[in-house]
Amino acid sequence: MRVVAAMSGGVDSAVAAARMVDAGHEVVGVHLALSQSAATLRESARGCCTIEDAGDARRVADKVGIPFYVWDMAQRFKEDVVEDFVAEYTAGRTPNPCLRCNERIKFAALLDKAIALGFDAVATGHYAQIVEGPRGRELHRAVDMAKDQSYVLGVLDADQLARSFFPLGDTTKPQIREEAAARGFSVAKKPDSHDICFIADGDTKGWLTRRLGEQPGDIVDTDGTVVGRHEGAFAYTVGQRRGLGLKVPREDGAKRYVVDVQPKTNTVVVGTADLLGIDVVVGEHARWCGEAPVGELRVGAQLRAHGQEFAATAVAEGDRVVVRLDERARGVAPGQSVVLYDGTRVVGSATITVTDRGLPVAQ
Amino acid sequence: MWRGAYACPVLDQVYLDHAATTPTRPEVIAAIAEQLAVGGNASSLHTAGRAARRVVEESREAIAAALGCGPSEVIFTSGGTESDNLAIKGTWWHRHGEDEQRRRLIVGATEHHAVLDAVEHLVNHEGATVDWIDVDPLGRSDPAQVRSLIEQDPDSVALVSLMWANNEVGTVQPVAEIASVAREHGIPMHTDAVQAIGQVPVDFAASGADLLTASAHKFGGPQGCGVLLARRDAALTPLTHGGGQERQLRSGTLDAAGIRGMALAATVAIGSLEEEQEKLSALRDKLIRGALDLGLDIEVTGAHQVGDVTTRLPGNAHLRVPGCDGDSLLYLLDAAGIECSTGSACQAGVPQPSHVLLAMGISEDDARGALRLTLGHTSTDADVAAFLDALPAAVERARRARSASRSSGSRGAAARSGR
Repeated sequence: MRVVAAMSGGVDSAVAAARMVDAGHEVVGVHLALSQSAATLRESARGCCTIEDAGDARRVADKVGIPFYVWDMAQRFKEDVVEDFVAEYTAGRTPNPCLRCNERIKFAALLDKAIALGFDAVATGHYAQIVEGPRGRELHRAVDMAKDQSYVLGVLDADQLARSFFPLGDTTKPQIREEAAARGFSVAKKPDSHDICFIADGDTKGWLTRRLGEQPGDIVDTDGTVVGRHEGAFAYTVGQRRGLGLKVPREDGAKRYVVDVQPKTNTVVVGTADLLGIDVVVGEHARWCGEAPVGELRVGAQLRAHGQEFAATAVAEGDRVVVRLDERARGVAPGQSVVLYDGTRVVGSATITVTDRGLPVAQ
Repeated sequence: MWRGAYACPVLDQVYLDHAATTPTRPEVIAAIAEQLAVGGNASSLHTAGRAARRVVEESREAIAAALGCGPSEVIFTSGGTESDNLAIKGTWWHRHGEDEQRRRLIVGATEHHAVLDAVEHLVNHEGATVDWIDVDPLGRSDPAQVRSLIEQDPDSVALVSLMWANNEVGTVQPVAEIASVAREHGIPMHTDAVQAIGQVPVDFAASGADLLTASAHKFGGPQGCGVLLARRDAALTPLTHGGGQERQLRSGTLDAAGIRGMALAATVAIGSLEEEQEKLSALRDKLIRGALDLGLDIEVTGAHQVGDVTTRLPGNAHLRVPGCDGDSLLYLLDAAGIECSTGSACQAGVPQPSHVLLAMGISEDDARGALRLTLGHTSTDADVAAFLDALPAAVERARRARSASRSSGSRGAAARSGR
């Protein structure tokens, strides 16, 4: 097959590209320029769109012996990922930009362009596995559970999966590093990128505040008592404990967490840990790998990236899915995805809109 | 990685990017190799040093003869970018240092980044101001505008800089006319002639310019080697300090081998200029005509008349393909064995709409489908034919790719997410 290997400049996509070549595919390396100002050198281990990263990717492509190009997707990235990120926080939700990037850039804009240019598929360095099952291609968790990225790929539909390769899913990260070293890649020891690539210093709150301006408001207790001030409700996430700056301690000394973010009144509500426990999750824009299930479905539900899996029962209702957890989960933030598993297989995903505690949900 | 006709004859890629770099002539490679084997530091006083110095000085004389200047006006540099920087910053520093009110630079809007970014640096960090010389839709500047800009306040002008010929669209500028306007007011004039040498006659003395930039690898010499021609009375502050070579303007051990290769390349290129112009313009005309006749709505950028070697570089063809992204075309043509460019290369490899095309009044959208084909001393009819053969399929595919990656809703990014 003719395959575009998306090459970030990191060790994972480097080995993925090399493995695609080894497998006999005709491979072209493509580095996505996603930053509007690419002319910056790396400031930290984060990020994947500096000149240095493009250079690292280019050197790997040279070594593997494949053509290499930089494709500019900065405008699409800005519109579909960065602005979406800001809009979601503004609406009091907690988005996952990596998932959004997979959904709209890597397996949409990039894949579409590649196909139009005559390629058959895109290969990435994501840790996940594609298995040919009885009902077509299935997405499964990676062998290396610590690196598993099936959660941020759960949004892919069958058509996208059919045109994707994840050559690293059967290998652990330390083995990938060893393989990269054995292949003589300069990036073998390059630190993992983490957090959000377009927030170079990792300070999401500061970044959002620079974008949106300070919007001072109240932090209130669940009974409405003002217990502190904030510089913008958009910067808070349900389940957050650090950085609240509360001056007045509770009488019982219990720790307080963000339990709700109310963008309309610019209010952050804090409460004790027990208020964070929820056992019902409603997701919208549900996507099923294959047919939508009829009736109740026993699943494992993952509620955030690298989060634990909760045993649950899911019911599909058109575009929505209602997931009842067997036990309570803490700090589930609207805007994140709920990804449903059957064993290691992804069965579906949805964007969390409502979380609740054991209340009956309208059927 | 570039594969030239001499460097790697096994791979027969069609090379249509001579404005980026043109293959080093075989006799030049031999001369460089020979000189590298000889060695010697041209600043040393002993026999080996004198021998190297002699090679450098003979090369200086050969370059002076080829470009119409005196040998003492030749300053060896590392190439076009350094020469442009030395000309612009060196002149500004000197003239602004002499008289503080001289802070204004009058500069072409379609200059190479080596000029633009040097100017931008002076504006952003050293208090310079800039007035841009516009271009018409064919890329040509008007001497009357330069006159009017100067005459607003002649005493405030530090330097005028206008390229001899544009690297993207090949438009030849009225350098001599503008130099004479500058001269009337005693203002120095710099011209970046990197693309012009070996394509059109360049005579430094006759041009009336005070400073001229040239780069060896654009006319068959080695990369990393260039000259700044500077009139004896041109006053410059050096960028680098050290051993005081090159009139104290460009310290650093002279690259005798590269200089020898550059001089030989200049002699050969200028010696065969007339035949080369005839050959290149015939190929260019065939290429442009052929592309326009494909029925793909392709447009040619800038002035094009058959046989013209004075208003457009004979080796430059610049096409705009509506509905395509230049980088898609570049990939598809590369995969089909054709090497060309979207315009000016850029460090991160990220295509931006060309400032040259925008200055010519071409819309940002139209500018994205730019394709630059440039011919040189190794070009043949077969190269042009291969390009014209490969173009229709590439255009068809690139158009599909653009509609695919542009519309958010195509395969349903928006529809898919439902938000």
